[in-house]
Amino acid sequence: MSGFRIASGGLIDRAKPVSFTFDGKHYQGYAGDTLASALLANGVKLVGRSFKYHRPRGILSAGSEEPNALVELRTGAYREPNTRATMAEIFNGLEASSQNRGFSLKYDPLAVNNLLSPFFAAGFYYKTFMWPAKLWEKFYEPMIRRAAGLGRNAGVPDPDTYEKTTEFCDVLVIGGGADGLCAAREAAASGGRVLVCDENAALETPDLPANVKFMPRTTVFAVYDGGTYAALERLTDHLPVSDAPRQRLTKIVAERSILATGALERPMVFGHNDKPGSMLAGAVAIYITRYGVAPGRNAVLFINNDDAASLIPLLVSAKVQISGVVDSRPKSSDLVHDLAREAGVPVFAGAVITRALGCQSVKGAEIRLNNGGVLKLECDLIASSGGFNPNVALTSHFDGKPVWDDAISAFIPGNLPPGMEVIGKAAGQGINLNIQPCWHVGAYPGKSFVDFQNDVTVKDIRLAHQEGFSSVEHVKRYTTLGMATDQGKTANVNALALLAEATGKTVPETGTTRFRPPYTPVAIGALAGPHKGKFFKPTRCAPTHEFSEAQGAVFVETGMWLRAQYYPRAGEDWLAAAQREVNTVRNHVGICDVTTLGKIDIQGPDAAKFLECVYTNSWTNLAVGRVRYGLMLREDGMVMDDGTTARLGKQHFVMTTTTANAAKVMQHLEFCSQVLWPELDVTFISVTDQWAQIAVAGPDSRATLEKLVDAPFDIGNEAFPYMGCAELTICGGTPARLFRISFSGELAYEIAVPARYGNALAAKLMEAGAEFGIAPYGTEALGIMRIEKGHAAGPELNGQTTAHDLGLHKLLSKKKDFIGRALAARPALTDPARPTLVGLRPVDGVSIIRAGSHLLPVGAAATAENDQGHVSSAARSPSLGSIALALLANGPARIGEQIRVYDPVRNGDTLAEIVNPVHYDPSGSRLHA
Amino acid sequence: MRIPCPHCGARGVEEFLYTQDAGVTRPKDGGAEPTKEWTDYVYMRDNLKGPRKEYWYHSAGCHAWLVVTRDVSTHEILKVELP
Repeated sequence: MSGFRIASGGLIDRAKPVSFTFDGKHYQGYAGDTLASALLANGVKLVGRSFKYHRPRGILSAGSEEPNALVELRTGAYREPNTRATMAEIFNGLEASSQNRGFSLKYDPLAVNNLLSPFFAAGFYYKTFMWPAKLWEKFYEPMIRRAAGLGRNAGVPDPDTYEKTTEFCDVLVIGGGADGLCAAREAAASGGRVLVCDENAALETPDLPANVKFMPRTTVFAVYDGGTYAALERLTDHLPVSDAPRQRLTKIVAERSILATGALERPMVFGHNDKPGSMLAGAVAIYITRYGVAPGRNAVLFINNDDAASLIPLLVSAKVQISGVVDSRPKSSDLVHDLAREAGVPVFAGAVITRALGCQSVKGAEIRLNNGGVLKLECDLIASSGGFNPNVALTSHFDGKPVWDDAISAFIPGNLPPGMEVIGKAAGQGINLNIQPCWHVGAYPGKSFVDFQNDVTVKDIRLAHQEGFSSVEHVKRYTTLGMATDQGKTANVNALALLAEATGKTVPETGTTRFRPPYTPVAIGALAGPHKGKFFKPTRCAPTHEFSEAQGAVFVETGMWLRAQYYPRAGEDWLAAAQREVNTVRNHVGICDVTTLGKIDIQGPDAAKFLECVYTNSWTNLAVGRVRYGLMLREDGMVMDDGTTARLGKQHFVMTTTTANAAKVMQHLEFCSQVLWPELDVTFISVTDQWAQIAVAGPDSRATLEKLVDAPFDIGNEAFPYMGCAELTICGGTPARLFRISFSGELAYEIAVPARYGNALAAKLMEAGAEFGIAPYGTEALGIMRIEKGHAAGPELNGQTTAHDLGLHKLLSKKKDFIGRALAARPALTDPARPTLVGLRPVDGVSIIRAGSHLLPVGAAATAENDQGHVSSAARSPSLGSIALALLANGPARIGEQIRVYDPVRNGDTLAEIVNPVHYDPSGSRLHA
Repeated sequence: MRIPCPHCGARGVEEFLYTQDAGVTRPKDGGAEPTKEWTDYVYMRDNLKGPRKEYWYHSAGCHAWLVVTRDVSTHEILKVELP
């Protein structure tokens, strides 16, 4: 037993005992305790094993800078590794366990690493596991990873929920200590909204004006442009598992911010300074005052400044014996002498602790006196203070470079993020009084640690320098200094000073320590927030979704949309269902929801002129009541999108885009209108979600639709020919738009009604078409029919194809300017040797051609040089068998030839005949029926 | 980063989409030939440190295209105009 609970005092609630377990053993603490304070109060010193050497480790600090006391909290799927015991609040039933240990924390077989440590210096792995290279991945790396590392991942999906939110304020105060609260009150006086974020739990609720929001357990972990800050609020980490969100990620937008994050103490660097019982002096003070816990019974102080002197009366009041104050300054200060004299404690000025004694924990301190003599003092606690580092981490997130202040031997904030002000200890005020740095204590036996979490010693830093890694950035990478989860909060400045000494330079000449977000580790779950699983992105359901569900549809994700892929009947697989659906359309009538295609309503006196700009073909000559196919290029001459546009009135068009490019085309039109041709009087809006649009396709489509269309509208072939469009009413007054367009190649219509009537329209169509054997069809049947008809779609509009490549060059108007016109004329883009759209059919009539196969001359070797193109789309046509569309060099000139279709990934190798891409009804007679 | 949209006020950068350099102008009157002027417009960009004019699209807001003058080394937004 070492540490103990002081009889009274502290901010914990002694009326509320809390029981928890650590490594399966039951302990008791009080409400307000952290795991660290509760363990110390129970006399537990050993809480973990170190990363590399498996050395016993205890609790060094009392805050988020803790490098040693990393534990696993909770169990099962809720298990979280590498949690700092100094930040974890206890609650009834908390299960905590140590990590990176063998059978038990006390007896760890891998502690043999510590005995072998002369071999494990910096660069050990690089130097040792070089040969044979083959073994690295299979053997060395898994072995090293098993031996090193810290906690264990739960290994199953995180069952916790997380929230995301945004806060706006005039002033953000980061740090809720005395300075921060004072600044918050002052800022609030001018009436603005003030936020105070403090990373600790509030053991006392501060008294603040109404316009100040105090957020305890909230760590501001990053600073971004434009006064934007990221904060993580721990909502229920201090409570037993529940359904409530665990953490909340808050984006804070602040006019200005006040950084009051205080200063972090750096440990003294001496032999075995990592032993449990070796702590920061300031942390000892916090455990006494905040938690009413004395971390030991017999202390030795090791200091080089006056800040830690106040610990002397505190220890006395806590009834902790003090064996001595070891002050590395040649002449200790009056303050230290006075306080020590009052306490009756000897001061050893000009002396240093050379090493901590003891096996599993501190049992004493070996001291080299100023006269060279050696003294051993018994103690179970070494409280060391090498001075404080202003907590400048957030100031350097925005490219800020801390500057060295010789007067306090510490880095203070340099250039600050816009709108940030730094106050108090974070600005270097009131710290390191009379400091005389003592970066290390000279020659001594045993390891002296600089970076506790990554097990980097003084020797490692010197070795790095000896081996040529003298730049601070190289030292970091070679030794892994400062690269652990604590970002070297307690290590970096000591290391810089040691490096400076090794290189004979000053600290500022050696470099600075800069920090990156996040200030403390943030769970990936918190960054994802609620956006996981099916909530990762929105799901858009077509307006006939319920209809399709009732029809037994299998759905497929296309972009954000869920579309019906096929409607299987008993005994049908996807192919049988799709082929039946194709047959239904080709012989009778079918319906398919085509709402997902982008619909843009374009109006204005210059609407037609505007279309001339964005489409390659001409539009001013399109008559009202007619539809035209349009092709859009990018400015570099590649095809961007295609679709039909209907002219509903002189100044009114409705454009359709492909499903995938709907938003992109909208953005493109906005650019053309606002930036390139602002003089054109045109407005447009997306109406994709406003209209439910259903394709009615097949020889019986007219007879089906006739039953729905209100009189006197005539949809006969003459009154309403192919590529006609109209606004009308159906089913007794429902407004609708009718387009006689066809993607399937059959007599077909697309009918649009306000989106809320989608399911009703589908049901009406099914009823009207029942006598013809109507059936709904999905995207698979749609795809088969478009490949049969040789229509280019996503796989052909891949951003690398030109109008020439797709056989659409006749659509490039020669009479007007349009986007992409000039660069589409580049010789390389019109070269007939470019891969150009053709159709393919297997020569043997039975082989299957697969999309993605490469095209090679017959008899040629399968090499990249011989590659002449690829199969872009393939389908299993119920009437034609395996058919495909391909992009083939000199394609159209080679129709009738044979080509080798080579698919090494799926062992495909067959001969195909090059054919017209329009496999089905090349004359288009069925469209005009 | 936050961009003060002339229509909507200051909004987070996640509402906007950067697309392209606003320091280039589409050749007047088009033209059918792939001239140097065209290739310069489509492909050639200066990649200089300091203030640059950029097109940003307020995609999750008012759909306005904005000409944002931004210091690309500090992310400081110096000016936001409508084109």
